[in-house]
Amino acid sequence: MTSTTTPTLSVRNLRTWFHTQAGLVRAVDDVSFDVHPGEILGLVGESGSGKSITGFSILGLIDPPGRIDGGQILFKGTDLATLSKEELRQLRGNRIAMVFQDPMMTLNPVFRIESQMVETVLSHERCSRKAAWNRARDTLAAVGIPSPAERMKAYPHQLSGGMRQRVAIAIAMLHKPDLIIADEPTTALDVTIQAQILAEMQKLCAETGTAMVWVSHDLAVVAGLADRVCVMYAGRVVEAGETDDILDHPRHPYTVGLIGSVPSNDRSGDRLYQIPGMAPSPLALPQGCAFSPRCEHASERCRAEQPPIDTGGGRSYRCFHPQTGALL
Amino acid sequence: MSTPILMQANQVSRLFVKRPDYAERLAGLLGAKVASHTVHAVDRVDLTIHQGEVVGLVGESGCGKSTLGRVLAGILPASSGTIQTPAGELASLTGHAAHAQRMATQMIFQDPMSSLNPRKRVRDIIGEAPLAHGIVARRDCEDYVVEVMRRVGLDPDFRNRFPHQFSGGQRQRVGIGRALAVKPKFLICDESIAALDVSIQAQILNLFMDLRHDLGLTYLFISHDLGVVQRISDRTVIMYLGRIVESGPTAEIFKAPRHPYTQALLDEVPRLSNRKRRFHAIKGEIPSPLNPPAGCHFHPRCPHAMERCKTEQPLLREVGAGQLAACHLLDNAPRGANP
Repeated sequence: MTSTTTPTLSVRNLRTWFHTQAGLVRAVDDVSFDVHPGEILGLVGESGSGKSITGFSILGLIDPPGRIDGGQILFKGTDLATLSKEELRQLRGNRIAMVFQDPMMTLNPVFRIESQMVETVLSHERCSRKAAWNRARDTLAAVGIPSPAERMKAYPHQLSGGMRQRVAIAIAMLHKPDLIIADEPTTALDVTIQAQILAEMQKLCAETGTAMVWVSHDLAVVAGLADRVCVMYAGRVVEAGETDDILDHPRHPYTVGLIGSVPSNDRSGDRLYQIPGMAPSPLALPQGCAFSPRCEHASERCRAEQPPIDTGGGRSYRCFHPQTGALL
Repeated sequence: MSTPILMQANQVSRLFVKRPDYAERLAGLLGAKVASHTVHAVDRVDLTIHQGEVVGLVGESGCGKSTLGRVLAGILPASSGTIQTPAGELASLTGHAAHAQRMATQMIFQDPMSSLNPRKRVRDIIGEAPLAHGIVARRDCEDYVVEVMRRVGLDPDFRNRFPHQFSGGQRQRVGIGRALAVKPKFLICDESIAALDVSIQAQILNLFMDLRHDLGLTYLFISHDLGVVQRISDRTVIMYLGRIVESGPTAEIFKAPRHPYTQALLDEVPRLSNRKRRFHAIKGEIPSPLNPPAGCHFHPRCPHAMERCKTEQPLLREVGAGQLAACHLLDNAPRGANP
């Protein structure tokens, strides 16, 4: 990790809270991380851990009753909260782009691909329609769509799921953004198509120096893709560090359990390690460490107070009883 | 294998035909050529399932794995071919034998929210079938439901709740409980854990393994997740566009896959041990099942495709101990060699 360059994205103590009628939901609570140019950060967690809300917060896509209640989101050193609506609009889709899980939500079903892509180009740049069209076609080719000129004329429903996701990625890549937030873009795809998309994303990040935040529940995908990993649980980052380091020497008991639960190792037939219980309701988080009711190492202290972030050697974790790193 | 055969499919096919709509029939009357659309969802599949084994059925979306599961469960009739069960041929069973066979084979679906009746209490969801089939008397039903719920790891105090009051993992346990309540021998799990979180997936997988151990169940485990199949199954069957391309003991398949599709598929599986890898993708997309390529269905994407692959369909042949693969490359290869 080079700390001398300005990170593309620096999230500092972000708090996104939802003030619902049923009570306060701390969906994202005190989350911090940096992403440097060309780096891929994996944001891993189970459903309800706040990983997607973190992504949405960065783009300012939080709707009431949700609100960013604290912390800073610095994009190349500028605090996004200080920008006006128009300045934000200039950034979004241009310098910061997002790829969602379901491309049908991104693409407008009643417009051809070409109209949607040309519109995206022209909304951020002054150029001729012809030039915009050519750029759109070249970007489609870059994400591996065969005969892009023909596909430009197609409507979203005429494309397969993998093709649609490529179009969504191409739209995100149109302006060669500095930062891409990818929210589970391959979860709905087949294994071979997923590998194609991952290959394209990897190539694009390496070639253009784009930083990427890859939000996913799939630890195995992140293992193959990310430089660094943040593991989230109940709205907090419980462990962060280099991918190899985290996967080989997890310190937080939740990370240890998560790695043990992935059935892709070679001990077939054995029982998998299972984390007992289930994720707590975000409305009624346990006192102290949110993981303590499911943790076999939990002590009185864990149930009473929040463990602070412990940093050292490029690693950080929130735990009073860090594990020695022996895998299950 | 010496264990008795629980179910044997011989050349089973399942077609879905789209009948021409009004405009097309009209055009047909006027002399236009109207082709009816036929999808060979399952195309002449042979599959033997022995008692007590776990068979993993793997493939990408649209390969026909779910349709095959439904045909074996008796939910969909086969278009052609036979399915042998210990009681006789599945389609020709009548009366009590058909009844018993239907109960002995149960299915667990991917999405418990859409396979459980949202307006019924868990007590009724689990208890209805055993009551209707006379497995328990009405006065013992409550106790029976409690016992089933304990077995699948649910708190029996929740028996008066509705499905929406449970989390995803618990709902899937309700679905498993409902299947177990009629004392089946054979469970067909169609992507049963795909919608769950990793830690919950592990819990449900462990439950499946415990049930197998305690009740001597046989499983057909349909999944797109090779990691899960490798972990749970004794034998793995790989399907591509309606046909079985490779089958064999799980350890052999994962150690030495013989079909180019299996090899590519295994390369693509994200694993914790593969760090910062370059992803190499199989080129191209899965062809439309409405119009599959001639010959070997995989040839347009296959790196080793030859002229012969474009015209002639390769048949499954033995390539190792219990391992079958359908590929022309293996015709001349000695047993045990990779193409």
